[in-house]
Amino acid sequence: MSEQPLQAPIRRPATPMLRQIEDRPGLKEMALGVPFGLKVIGAIMGLGALVLMAAVGYLVVDGRLDGQWYDVRDLGHAVAGLRDWLDGEGVDHRLTWLITGALGGLAIMSIVGGWLLIGSWVERRVIAKFQIRMGPNRTGLFGLLQPIADAVKLMTKEIIIPRGADRFLYYIPPVLVFVPAMLGWAPIPWAPNMAYMDINVGVLYVVAISSIGVLAIFLAGWSSNNHYSLLGAMRTVAMMISYEIPISLALLSVVLLTQSMQLSEIVAFQGHYHVWMIAIIPFAAFAFLFASTAEINRSPNDIGEAESEIVAGFYTEYSGMKAGLFMAVELAHAILVGALMATFFLGGYTLFGLEEWVPGYLILAAKIGAVYFLFVWLRGTLPRFRLDQLMGFAWKFLIPLGIIQAFIVAIEASVFVRVDAPAFITLGAFAVVNLASTVVMVRFWADRLGYAPAQHATKPELTNALGGLKAAQRLRS
Amino acid sequence: MAQADALYVDYLPVLLAAIVGFVLVFSALIGSRLLAPFSQEREKGTTYECGMLPLQRASTNFGMRFYLYAILFVVFDVEAVFIFPWALSFMGIGQFAYWSMVVFIGILGLGLGYAWKKGALQWR
Repeated sequence: MSEQPLQAPIRRPATPMLRQIEDRPGLKEMALGVPFGLKVIGAIMGLGALVLMAAVGYLVVDGRLDGQWYDVRDLGHAVAGLRDWLDGEGVDHRLTWLITGALGGLAIMSIVGGWLLIGSWVERRVIAKFQIRMGPNRTGLFGLLQPIADAVKLMTKEIIIPRGADRFLYYIPPVLVFVPAMLGWAPIPWAPNMAYMDINVGVLYVVAISSIGVLAIFLAGWSSNNHYSLLGAMRTVAMMISYEIPISLALLSVVLLTQSMQLSEIVAFQGHYHVWMIAIIPFAAFAFLFASTAEINRSPNDIGEAESEIVAGFYTEYSGMKAGLFMAVELAHAILVGALMATFFLGGYTLFGLEEWVPGYLILAAKIGAVYFLFVWLRGTLPRFRLDQLMGFAWKFLIPLGIIQAFIVAIEASVFVRVDAPAFITLGAFAVVNLASTVVMVRFWADRLGYAPAQHATKPELTNALGGLKAAQRLRS
Repeated sequence: MAQADALYVDYLPVLLAAIVGFVLVFSALIGSRLLAPFSQEREKGTTYECGMLPLQRASTNFGMRFYLYAILFVVFDVEAVFIFPWALSFMGIGQFAYWSMVVFIGILGLGLGYAWKKGALQWR
């Protein structure tokens, strides 16, 4: 063969799907194609939001929004106002308490339920963007009705109970796995006075609630009388209990530094010093993020429901709405973990003083969305890990280093209390020390364990060879 | 109100939220009960084995690894119960509390190291 200079191959759409993507209208055409009525509605809503924000800003500057019941920055004031009014009317105290408690429960239900209505659409659209596909786009505008269609389909599917199943135990898990996903929302503060249940052992409560799901998953696997189910349940339980320890060690670092187990005080600490915990203890934040993806069975750590190996894992034998509940709880858990991550490590409802102007719950919702996007990104990017890799990573890497990190943070916490220096100096010094110690520990320990960075190119060769989304756009212009 | 009563009242919202959660789940399940068709065919209840007929019940012997991890987990979970109150109170006690917890965790670490050395963490 003669030496020929390598020529760049002519990039042309290789598949009908890529051709479809190439023919897709650009942003400009899409904006032109929007019906006039929608434009008017959008303009009105945008103007309304601007006017609302200006009004809130004016009221804040004017000093009129100072903790009255109409203070939109903190709905806790509204609930307190309602309670005071009912007490003033002479209603029984216990009844008042019951009404406000039920209101809070309904609020949690509307968060979770609203997310179940929109979440699967968001996830599928975003993951489709990662994989250069379209995603659901047939039901309704942009496929927005897809989750409702899914729900109706799941409800009208026949429920089959396998003959060998333990019937009593078989009924429990779909319920038992879903309720903790709602209870976990209780201690999360959405604004200074806006927490459903601001208990002083909030961290322990979160850890305790998150371990109920293990029971449900093992019951599901055991009662189904199916080898896939049992194998999936065993894998999931082993993985979940292993990753519970890194989670509690990561939370321990936070508790040591803030000297409180109350979630609102943890957020108040971060708001007071204008610093996020992820900057001070990056290793704990990473351990929490990775371990929580294992804890909620999300990709890349969803070894318990690996389709290529054990059909659907612990819910193989469940059908209809029962399987639907298992799928729904994955979505509900994802935003719950997003909220916990935002509360513990990303400053919760505070944003460097902006919470004085913008309602805190909007800031927290934005942070939850960001963490959720990170989860979807991980799912779109990383392949599924093997079980032995996962268990080894928990027991040989995260737990020893987490313990060492916790003791370093303990020394820093006592220094923080005793030394009389400006907080930004001490906290900045802690951040530098912790980052340096994390780098040293990780490098040293990874070398000892034989973990090595990949020696081959990890660029998406195949995607590039096919043309990719960017290539299609380049070709068109 | 007595101290104990106050403690219960703190946690009653959990019960309320749990009831709301049960309502949500049961409404979904009852909806499917009303909408979904049912048939009494015997073959539908067969255990799913990718088309093969199951040879035996699924509750047979199982890998030993999982139980070893469970035992290790119990040790470290009890440690979590001890270490959270310590985290809030060691500041007032001083260095003695810090070093006693270091020794306690060190003993647990020795146990983990022993299990590691014996190959309990190795998946074969």
